[in-house]
Amino acid sequence: MKRQIIAVAAFAGLLLAACGDDESTTTTQAPATDAPSTDAPSTDAPSGDAAACAEGKTLEAGMLTIATGDPAYPPYVIDDDPASGQGFEAALAMAVAAQMGFEGDAVSWVRTGFDEAIAPGEKTFDFNLQQYSINAERQQVVTFSDPYYSAPQAAIASADSTLQISTIADLKSLNIGVAAGTTSIDLVENVIQPDSQVQIFNSNADANAALVNGQIDILVVDLPTALYLSAAEFDNAKVIGQFPASAGSEAEPWGMLFAKDNPLVECVNMALANLTASGELATITDTWMGEYTEAPEISMG
Amino acid sequence: MAALSHREGAGDPPAPSRVLTRREVWLRQQRRRAALIAASSMTAVLLAVVLIVPRTPGWPTVKKTFFNGARFRQDFPDLLGYLWTDVKLFLTCVPFILIWGVALAMMRNIRNPALFPLRAFAAAYTDLFRGIPVILTIYLVGFGIPALGLKGEFHLLWFGGRWNSAYLWGPVALILAYSAYVAEVFRSGIEGIHESQRAGARSLGLTQAQTMRHVVLPQAARRVVPPLMNDMLSLQKDVALLSLLGVYELFRRAQVIKDRTFNYTPYVVAAVIFLILTIPETRLVDWYSARHRRRTGGSQVA
Repeated sequence: MKRQIIAVAAFAGLLLAACGDDESTTTTQAPATDAPSTDAPSTDAPSGDAAACAEGKTLEAGMLTIATGDPAYPPYVIDDDPASGQGFEAALAMAVAAQMGFEGDAVSWVRTGFDEAIAPGEKTFDFNLQQYSINAERQQVVTFSDPYYSAPQAAIASADSTLQISTIADLKSLNIGVAAGTTSIDLVENVIQPDSQVQIFNSNADANAALVNGQIDILVVDLPTALYLSAAEFDNAKVIGQFPASAGSEAEPWGMLFAKDNPLVECVNMALANLTASGELATITDTWMGEYTEAPEISMG
Repeated sequence: MAALSHREGAGDPPAPSRVLTRREVWLRQQRRRAALIAASSMTAVLLAVVLIVPRTPGWPTVKKTFFNGARFRQDFPDLLGYLWTDVKLFLTCVPFILIWGVALAMMRNIRNPALFPLRAFAAAYTDLFRGIPVILTIYLVGFGIPALGLKGEFHLLWFGGRWNSAYLWGPVALILAYSAYVAEVFRSGIEGIHESQRAGARSLGLTQAQTMRHVVLPQAARRVVPPLMNDMLSLQKDVALLSLLGVYELFRRAQVIKDRTFNYTPYVVAAVIFLILTIPETRLVDWYSARHRRRTGGSQVA
């Protein structure tokens, strides 16, 4: 008799789950609980439209899953702890999440490498932000949000370097290094066009080793990263200049990355528009990026 | 067996015995049966692949991002241009690896007790470099030695640059690592020569060194060619590892295109280019091994 009851309950549970269908992993739940969406955000959303838009479009109902790099670096994420909301991208993502009605425990952070995020297949996140530049070719494979920032490229040299750089032509004869996966490569190959082959390293740390060893004369990275690295990570390096926005960076600003044709992108764009209109985006940008914009300009010359 | 050799002998061939005919018929049937089984299992596998793979949910995406025709046509000539860097690096390494490998093998074979330190060195060297993953050797040599702050310039064949260049220390790292493998191949070749060969040579009045030079090494060299070519094939591909030192070669170029476009087709193109290079080499090794087996009298079991 007891066994029969259990069997009937289990069957009922299965049936319910099969009808519900949007949460395939809840089959073990007893059928006593309510539908799973009652505690989802709907009431206290600061901006009605973005929150309404996002409902039901996330990976997990009632949860927003955001991905960033592993590890994530300042000034984008402070102390590799994005959930704290400290750092430019962490703060921005949290503000966007709040616009869409996700706050506190309703935001979960995951980590992905560069390749993990762009490889075809199921994504483990709703959106991913780690300074991805938007370009037309990438948009054939993934979907980007509207741009949220645009950083110029900059050149780092070793601290005792006596290089006098004022125009791009001054860089032509140098050995130049970049880190793989960055758009800095495009600047070096298309704009600087150095005499010797650009050297590409797996990470900024490897590139720095090459810089310290004198294997490369300068390392090209985006300006905020350059300022952070030279101030905090690299012992013997200094930023010697930034490239004008017309050298490529203005054409390829940063956007949040989504799986191709993820409908959530409209809600994030709505949230970004709200943040821009309210001035919050400008405040976040100033707070975190304000001190990462100063460097002498290298002219296109 | 007797019947066989009798038949192969010159002169007027006698009528084959009934036993032989039956055996040949049976063998022919066996061959036909094997071919039939091979063909049908191959067809089954291909059909399964052709029918199942396009039905997987992710296939359209995979097709677009890994097997993109437009990208393939665009990237192939681009990447082919970078293959030359790999080939140059490979060709630079090979002579040094062979020479240093033979030297190490001979050191390990020294029988003079006074020269024991050399022997110990060779043993320690092969232990060390065979035991460390090649990628670590490349990292440690490629970033470690330039950290010594060497000044000046070097010129070697088609490469030139500063003394701390990745185009110098990258190949050095590969030479260090691969010579350890090659030394072991040579050593097994040398030790595989029967002791009676040395004894015979010494009894004819040849010195230790002459015995090695004129009797042991020529025989050993022939024996080690197949395993040696195997190592060279492996080297051909491992050259791509030098990309992590900053060398801009085929694999790295493919990565750069992939990073810019988020499309993985350039990796497939790079793989195809490597195959175009290595498949003929593999066939050559197979052909040589087969010929070697025939000549040294190995028999074949059906």
